[in-house]
Amino acid sequence: MTDDPDLIIETDRLSRRFGDLVAVRDVSLRVRRGEIYGVLGPNGAGKSTTIRMLCGILDPSGGQGRVVGYDIRRDAERIKERIGYMTQRFSLYEDLTVEENLTFYAGIYGVPRGKRRARVDEVIADTGLAPRRRQIAGTLSGGWKQRVALASSTIHKPPLLFLDEPTAGVDPVSRRAFWAEIHRLASGGTTVLLTTHYMDEAERCHRLAFIFRGHVLDDGTPDEVVARRHLAAAELEVDDAAGAAAALRRHDAVDEVEHYGHTLRVVTRDADPIALASQLLGPVKDARPSRVTVEDAFVSMVRAEENGNGQAVAAAGGAS
Amino acid sequence: MKAGLLRSAGRIRVVAWKELIQLRRDRLTIGMMVMLPILQLCLFGYAIDTDVRHMPTVVLDGDQTAASRDLARRMAATGYYDLVGRTDSYDDIGRAFRSNTARVALVVPPRFGADLTRGRPAQLQLLVDGSDPQTVASATNTAASLVATLAGEQTAGAAQRAGLPAPSGPPVSLELSVLYNPDLRTAVYIVPGLVGVILTLTMVMFTSMAIVRERERGTLEQLIVSPVKSVELVVGKILPYVVAGYVQMALILTAGAVIFDVTIVGDLRLLFLLASLFIAGNLALGLFFSTVAKTQQQAMQMSFFFLLPNILLSGFVFPWEGMPRFAQFLSQGLPLTHFLRIIRGVVLKGAVYGELHDEVVWLALILGALVTMTALRFRKKLG
Repeated sequence: MTDDPDLIIETDRLSRRFGDLVAVRDVSLRVRRGEIYGVLGPNGAGKSTTIRMLCGILDPSGGQGRVVGYDIRRDAERIKERIGYMTQRFSLYEDLTVEENLTFYAGIYGVPRGKRRARVDEVIADTGLAPRRRQIAGTLSGGWKQRVALASSTIHKPPLLFLDEPTAGVDPVSRRAFWAEIHRLASGGTTVLLTTHYMDEAERCHRLAFIFRGHVLDDGTPDEVVARRHLAAAELEVDDAAGAAAALRRHDAVDEVEHYGHTLRVVTRDADPIALASQLLGPVKDARPSRVTVEDAFVSMVRAEENGNGQAVAAAGGAS
Repeated sequence: MKAGLLRSAGRIRVVAWKELIQLRRDRLTIGMMVMLPILQLCLFGYAIDTDVRHMPTVVLDGDQTAASRDLARRMAATGYYDLVGRTDSYDDIGRAFRSNTARVALVVPPRFGADLTRGRPAQLQLLVDGSDPQTVASATNTAASLVATLAGEQTAGAAQRAGLPAPSGPPVSLELSVLYNPDLRTAVYIVPGLVGVILTLTMVMFTSMAIVRERERGTLEQLIVSPVKSVELVVGKILPYVVAGYVQMALILTAGAVIFDVTIVGDLRLLFLLASLFIAGNLALGLFFSTVAKTQQQAMQMSFFFLLPNILLSGFVFPWEGMPRFAQFLSQGLPLTHFLRIIRGVVLKGAVYGELHDEVVWLALILGALVTMTALRFRKKLG
C-alpha cells in the first residue's frame, strides 16, 4: 500500500473465501482518479465479489484495500457515501416514476431536501431523461432503464462509480449511448470501475485487469496487455475451411482459429500467421493481416492458464 | 451526533415516502387492506357454537351452609364449571370478569339452605360473561338442568316425608343475568376480535412482503451499497404499515359501531396504547419472515401458515376455555390470544389497565423474544 493520493482504489492481495471455495485470490488493483478501469473475466471469475469488497458490503478474508481514501474493512460506511453503484439488474423501483426514483436515491444519499429538486432536474437534463420524467420506470425499455439506473447512481455526484456488467442485455445502440455517457462522466473527473465480459467494451477502457478463477492474469492499458502476449492475426480465404482449420489448430504456435463464413481468422503466438498458413496449407487464395484484439489476448491467456502455464503467465504479468 | 440523527431521520423519511407512493399505486394491496376487514366482518357474523367446558366460575355465597356448598360442588361436578374462587361482593364479580379470571358467577342468596329444607321457593342467580356468546349458551343450559335436578330431588324428598304427592311449583328457581352482551349477539364478540386478526394479517404479511419485494427485485442490493442503515430502512418501511394498522383498527371499530351497534365501553386511548405492543410483536415477526422467505410468494405462504393457528387457537372463533390443554398451551405463545383478551376487555367490558396486566406482561415477553430472534437474523452485510 502506497497511500498515493492519485490512487482512488488501491488493494493489496485482496482475497475472499466462501467455505472451501476461493472466489477471489490475491487481487492487487491500482486505479487512478479519472480513469475508466475495466475488470474483465468470464462469469464466476470473481468480478462481482471483488466489487462488493471494494464497496464495503463484503468483508475480505485476506489482504487489504483503500477506496476513496478509506479502509474497506474499517470505514465501509464512509465509502458508501462517496461511491455510486449500479448492476445489470438496474435496481429501480418499477412502480415509481423516473423522477420519483431519482428523488428517492437523492434522499438516501443525503442530498439535502432543499437541493434535491434542483439536483434531480440537473441529472435529468444531463442524461436526456426529460421526455420520460413522469413515466413509471417499469414501463421503460431496457436502454432507458439503464439510463435511469446510471442517473440514480450518480445523483450524489460520487467521485467513484462502480458498474457491475452495466450493459448486459442492452441493445447495441443503447450500449453506444451508454458508453458516451461513461466517457462524459470520466471527462468530468469521475472515476469509473466497470466489469464486463464484452471484449469490444474492454477496448473502450483506459486500463484493464483480466480476472480468471479469482485472480488477476494481467493488467495495464489495452495496448500493453495485447502487446505482452506477442500475438499476430491474419484472415485467410480458403476453399476447405474445416480442413484448413483442423490443420492449423494442430500447430503449437496457433492460439485460435475462428470461422467467418469462408474466411478463417487465425491468431498465432510468436509466429507470422501468413507465413505459417502457407507453410501448413500450401498456397492460400487471399491472406491479409488482421488487428489483434483484447479478446485475442484474453482467450490466449485463459488457454495458457487452462493448459497449466498459469504460473508463468502470472509471473510475466506481474513483472511488467 | 445530532447531525447524524438528523441525517438518519431524513433517510427514514425518504424511505417512508417511497413506501407510501408504492402502497398508493398498489391497488391490490390497498383493496385487500380495506376489503378484508369488511368482508371478514360479514363472514364471521355467523357464530360457530361449540360445547364449552371448564368455564372459570366464582361463587358469591350469601348462605354459607352445607346446602350452598353442595350446590357449588355439584356445579363443579358437571365438568362445565371450574370453581376458581369465592367472592364477597358484586364488585368482585365485575373485576373477575374484566380481568378474565372468571366467566360465570353463581350468586347464592342468604337463607338458601333454610328455604330449601322448608320447601320454600329459593332464588339463585347465575351471572355469565356475555362477551363470548358460546360461553353463555353452555353456562345457562348446564345450570338450568342442574337446578331442575336439584328441584326434583328436593320436591321428591319433601313430598316423601309428608306422604303427599309432589307439588307442581318449582321450589328452586334460577334467575339468569348475562353481563356485557345481554342480547348474545355474535357481532359484539366478533368485531373486537376481528381487529386483532386483521392487524396480524396486515403487520405480518404486508410488511414481510414489502421487504422481500426489495430483495426479489434487486433494489435491496442497491440499498445495501448506499449509506442507508438497516434500522433506518426497516423503520422507514414499516412506518406506513403501522399507520395503516391503526387506520384499520379505527375502521373496524367504527364499522362495528355503525353497522353492528357494538358500543365501546372502555378507554380507547388505553386500547390504542396497548395495541402498540401487539403491533410491534407482529412487525417483528413479519421482519423475521422477510429474512427467511426468498420470494414474496413464500412470505405470503408463511404469513397464512401463521394466521391459521391464530384464528383457530387464539379464542377468536372457538372459546379458549373449550380447547384441549395442549392447544391452550400453544395459544399462550400467540400475541393474538392476549390481544383479544385486552381488546374485548376494553371495548366490551370497560376493563382498566390493572385488570389486563397479565396479558400485557405476556405480550411484552413475546415481543422481547420476537425482537431478539429477528435482530439475530437481520444482517445488513451480504457475507
